Amino acid sequence: MAFLELDRVAKQFGPQTVVDDFSLTVGKGEFISFLGPSGCGKTTTLQMIAGFLDPSRGAIRLEGSDLAIVPPAKRGLGIVFQSYALFPHMTAAENVAFGLEMRRVSRAERTDRVRAALAMVGLAGYEERFPRRMSGGQQQRVALARALVIRPSVLLLDEPLSNLDAKLREEMQIELRQIQRNVGTTTILVTHDQNEAMSLSDRIVVMNQGRIEQIGTPQETYERPVSAFVSQFLGKTNDFAATVDRTASPARVMAGSWSAPAPAGVAGPVTVSIRPERIGFGDAGLAAKIVTRVFQGNHWLFQCESECGAMIVIRQNDGQKQPAEGEAVRLAWRPEDMSLRSGGASA
Amino acid sequence: MSAAVDTAAANAATADARDRRIPWALTAPALMLFVGVLVIPLAMTVMLSFHDWGQYKGIEPVFILKNWREIATDPYYAEMFWRTFRIALLTTLITALLGAPEAYILNRMSGRWKSFFLLVILGPLLISVVARTLGWALLFGGNNGLVNKLLMSLGLIGAPLPFMFTETGMVIALAHVMMPFMVLSVWTALQRLDPQIENAALSLGAGSFTIIRRIVLPQIMPGVLSGAIIVFSLSASAFATPAIIGGRRLKVAATLAYDEFLNTLDWPLGAAVAVLLLVALVLIVVGSNALIERRYAEVFR
Repeated sequence: MAFLELDRVAKQFGPQTVVDDFSLTVGKGEFISFLGPSGCGKTTTLQMIAGFLDPSRGAIRLEGSDLAIVPPAKRGLGIVFQSYALFPHMTAAENVAFGLEMRRVSRAERTDRVRAALAMVGLAGYEERFPRRMSGGQQQRVALARALVIRPSVLLLDEPLSNLDAKLREEMQIELRQIQRNVGTTTILVTHDQNEAMSLSDRIVVMNQGRIEQIGTPQETYERPVSAFVSQFLGKTNDFAATVDRTASPARVMAGSWSAPAPAGVAGPVTVSIRPERIGFGDAGLAAKIVTRVFQGNHWLFQCESECGAMIVIRQNDGQKQPAEGEAVRLAWRPEDMSLRSGGASA
Repeated sequence: MSAAVDTAAANAATADARDRRIPWALTAPALMLFVGVLVIPLAMTVMLSFHDWGQYKGIEPVFILKNWREIATDPYYAEMFWRTFRIALLTTLITALLGAPEAYILNRMSGRWKSFFLLVILGPLLISVVARTLGWALLFGGNNGLVNKLLMSLGLIGAPLPFMFTETGMVIALAHVMMPFMVLSVWTALQRLDPQIENAALSLGAGSFTIIRRIVLPQIMPGVLSGAIIVFSLSASAFATPAIIGGRRLKVAATLAYDEFLNTLDWPLGAAVAVLLLVALVLIVVGSNALIERRYAEVFR
């Protein structure tokens, strides 16, 4: 049975539809990310689950019961806000204890649980610190402890790592994933950072302009994007227009002088999409010329000009000699590395 | 060689001296104005309070404690000062109790209404205190006051409401005059609140009353208290409102000093009253400020 279910949820502000036809079922213990650019409705959806906003249409159910009649204070969800929203006049321990106090947990149990929660996020010994005397990362941990100590049925994270610097963000990603695995809380993360979504989630919900573009595991959404938007939002990609000729045997996909065996399924005009790291330099394949070559430490980034348009190629810096700028090359990839979508290239 | 070193040292010394002089030179105009219009008159007022005065001899520039002894021993003055601070304290309490919720509600309003009501609250500051206080006199002034007339013709009250020449009237009028200062002060504190903080408390299971009591109020308390200091000191030294509502019958320290200066012409006694009011206010304000800063060190940071 679905643990948390959003059934055709929509939200309108005046004439503007911010979220539309949002349906999703979340299993118990699952880590889901809402991924999309700013203004795609991901935070609005989170706020509707939290109860700060009421859906204009549709229903949100937790363990089968409708949340519409449950006020936000009674939903028992843990929320970590982008600004952390810690109570500045309370110490770290008082912040974490607040939710337990509201639940009338006895003082002794409260002290134990607060200490355990702070220890879990690596802040043992920081009980008496005030938030303003803590670093951004520490405040973030307090906010996480405060949300988890009440043993929420669902943990909602609203861009929790966006205020941290890059190195700390990576550390916190790993830590967040471990804590979530250990505690086993069903978690929904809102983020615009595709790396964050991919490294943390079991499934990603890619959103654009209030609608779901694709729901899938990080690998699925990255390797089998269903739309140009998804393929471009999740990492770099090369899209070009081609045609699939089913009259030939075996069927072939063609663009200009380039052609390759076509996978089953689509026919007619298609968009071919290949990730830059899947392209190699070979003897046969798409003819291209290297325009620029950028060294990025562990990999090389090539920008090439081909008859199908500009192509990006990423090669591992594996010590082998790489082609130079201005050199004519052939771009080759395995048939299974390209994904074909019906319709012409939209970008 | 050593001469060269000496010259260099001497040059450095003059440069140092010049460096030290520059800040003084730059602040001199403001400093002179400050000394000229504040420090000297204040010092003269303090000195004046030690001079002698007689009905027929006028002011005598001698150093005696007559005025101070009179203020200290005559219960008339004690009553006057207690009344002054009682009125100021009540005014402060009323503005805090009404102004803080007012600012909170204002802060939760949506855009257009917010700016409209902010203007309504700040509007009175654009009107003279005398005009605002006379408004109260028009509404409640004896048999001819509009409200009194209305209530009496409706048969709700038999006699005019006691407002003019009462402490209650003075406190109400002062609270009205001082309200914008409290609202502005609390409003500023509310601006510093994290907009998500109430949602955070809500998600942890707190009801709206608990959120206000445990989360919002402690954070805006510094604003309430600094508003209270402003309102208290302005009310205690207020002149126009007590003069109009209280008149001759119900004097406070400020109107007392005025009367000594301009009616009795006993300038030294008036100066002593004014100096005492100033010293008492400075002590109260500085003392409470220190207390507040110690108590709310975490929120102030």
